[in-house]
Amino acid sequence: MVKKEWNPVLKGTVWKFGENVDTDVITPGKYLDNLGECKKHVLETLDPEFPANVKVGDIIIADKNFGCGSSRETAPEILQDMGVAAVIAPSFGRIFYRNSFSIGFPLLEADNIAEFFNKGDIAEVNIETAVVKNLTTNKTIQCKEIPKILMDILKSGGQLELLKKELKARSKAEKQNK
Amino acid sequence: MSTIAEKILAKASVEKREVVKPGEYLNCNIDLAMGHIALAKVAANFMGIKKKYRKVWDNEKVVGILDHFSPAPSERWALAHQMIRKFAREQNFKYFYDIKEGICHQVLPEKGHVAPGMLIVGTDSHTTTYGAFNAASCGIGYTDMTIVFIKGTLWFRVPESQLFEINGKLDKRVMSKDIILYIAGKYGTDIGTYKSMEFVGDAMDNLSIASRMTISNMSLELGAKFGFTPPDEKIIKWLKPRTDRPLELVKPDEDAKYSETFQIEVDNLEPQVACPHSVENVKPVSEVKNVKIDQAFLGSCTNGRIEDLEIAAEILKGKRIHEDVRLIVIPASQEIWLEAAERGISKILIEAGGIIGNPNCGPCFGAHMGMLAGGENCISSSNRNFKGRMGSEKAGIYLASPATVAASALTGVITDPRDI
Repeated sequence: MVKKEWNPVLKGTVWKFGENVDTDVITPGKYLDNLGECKKHVLETLDPEFPANVKVGDIIIADKNFGCGSSRETAPEILQDMGVAAVIAPSFGRIFYRNSFSIGFPLLEADNIAEFFNKGDIAEVNIETAVVKNLTTNKTIQCKEIPKILMDILKSGGQLELLKKELKARSKAEKQNK
Repeated sequence: MSTIAEKILAKASVEKREVVKPGEYLNCNIDLAMGHIALAKVAANFMGIKKKYRKVWDNEKVVGILDHFSPAPSERWALAHQMIRKFAREQNFKYFYDIKEGICHQVLPEKGHVAPGMLIVGTDSHTTTYGAFNAASCGIGYTDMTIVFIKGTLWFRVPESQLFEINGKLDKRVMSKDIILYIAGKYGTDIGTYKSMEFVGDAMDNLSIASRMTISNMSLELGAKFGFTPPDEKIIKWLKPRTDRPLELVKPDEDAKYSETFQIEVDNLEPQVACPHSVENVKPVSEVKNVKIDQAFLGSCTNGRIEDLEIAAEILKGKRIHEDVRLIVIPASQEIWLEAAERGISKILIEAGGIIGNPNCGPCFGAHMGMLAGGENCISSSNRNFKGRMGSEKAGIYLASPATVAASALTGVITDPRDI
C-alpha cells in the first residue's frame, strides 16, 4: 500500500465500467494465492487494456453496484495498490464499500455519474466537498458527501492507522495513571 | 415502531440506545466474530499492532474455521492454513474448527454459536445466512475484522428495512432457491443494497429452516446487509438441542417502518435458472431447457444441506446420470455427510454416477474440486455465476435449485425437475 499525505483533491484519467462490476472480475479467485500474478488480470475480462495501462492517479467511474459479491478485501486493495485514486459510482457492494474506506481508499456516490464520463476523460475530484469535475467536457457533478465517521478513517489512512493511534493514546494514558 | 435490524442494532449499540433510526451511525458491541481463510490477513495485521494490545478482546466470542481451500490444494494455501492454526493457538481461540468440519455457515449454527438477537460478523459475504435464525449478521473484510478482534466493537450504519411478503404454495420440486432467484431476476441484484431485508408471508412460514437459510444466504446477492426470514418457533425448535444460549425471538413492531414493500405470489412459480454471467440474469427453466451441461455441482453454503441431497437422491434413485456429465456433490458439513451416509442418500447419489467430496466450499468460488474449462457449462446449486468464478471466463455457470441440478445431471441438458 502506498502511503501518502492526505490530499482531498485528486486529478486523473478516467477508466469507465458498467453496472454490477463484481469482486471476482477485480481479483479472480484463481489468482488469490498470488497477488502479483493477480494484478495482470484485474478487470481484464471487462477491459483487457486495464491491467497493463492503469497508472497512478487514475480514477474509475462505473455504473451502479460496483464491487458487488465477495467480502474479499483484495478487491479494493489491489485497485489502490495499482494506483487507482478513487472510484465513483451510483452505488457499491456494501462490503466493498466498507473495505475501501477501511484501507483509506475513497469512494463517492452519485446517481447519474456514469452519464458524465467517457473512458480517457480527465476528472478532478474533491473528496471533502464531493464535487467531481469532468475537465474534458467542463461539467460539474455534486456527489453525496462522505459521512464524517468515514472521512475520519480516510484522513487517518485507514482503520488500522486509526486503531494504532487510539492504542498509542491508550498506552500513554495508562503510563500516566501509573 | 422498529424493524428487526433496528432492534438488534439498538440493543448492541455501545451507547445502549433505546431506539435507532435508518441512516444513523452507531458503534456496536459484537456478539460473535467468525473468521475463515481471511484470518491469515488478520494475523498479519496483528503483527503491526503494539505487542501488549495484540490480543482478541474475548476468546469465547471468536470462531475460526478452515472451509476455503480445504484440504489445501497447494503449498501456498497449506501455508495460509498453517498461519491460521498458529494464530488460533496463540490467541487461545476457544472455538476453532479445522478442515474436517465443513462450511462456516452450516457449522456455526450446528455447533450452537448462533441465536436470535445476536449481532454477528464474519469474513465471508454469505454471513447473512444467520438471518434465518433471527440474528443480524453480515460479512466484513479483514481490516474490519482486525478492529473487531482488538476492540470487540465495529461501526454500523442503521439500514433502511424492506419487507418482502411472499405468499402461496410452492409446486412439488420447486424450492426456496427458486423464490430468491425469481426475486433477483425481477428486481435486480442491487435491490437490497445497504438494506435489511425481511422475508415474511405464508410461503416463508412453511419453509424449513434449511430452505430459509438459502434465502438469507442469497439476500447478500441482492446487496443486503441483513436478510431475515420469519422469527418463529421453528428457529427455537432447531436451535434448542444445539445451544445453551438464550433463545428469545426479536420480532418487528406492528408499526415498524419499511422503505419498500414487495408482494410476491409463488403459486405458479416455475423453477428458475440464473444464466451467465449475473445472478439477475434469471429465466424460468422452460426458457433455458436443452442448454447442454458438462458439470453439475450440488453443494455450497447456499444449498448443500440434507434436504438438498435428499431431493437429488429422490430424483436420481435407481437411475444413471448422463454419460457426458460430471456430478460433484459436496455436503455442507460433516454432520450432513454422516446423515446422508446413514440414510442411504450417499449410496443413491454414488450409484447414479455422482462423486462426493469432503465438506468444504469446493469449486463454488474457483478454488478446486471441479474447475471449468473454456466452453464448458456447469449447472450449480451455489450462489454466484460471475464470469470466471469457477475457472475459465469462457465457461458458463447456471445457478439453480438442487432439484434442477439433479434433473439436469440426469438428462445432460437443463431440465425442469417436475418433468422427471
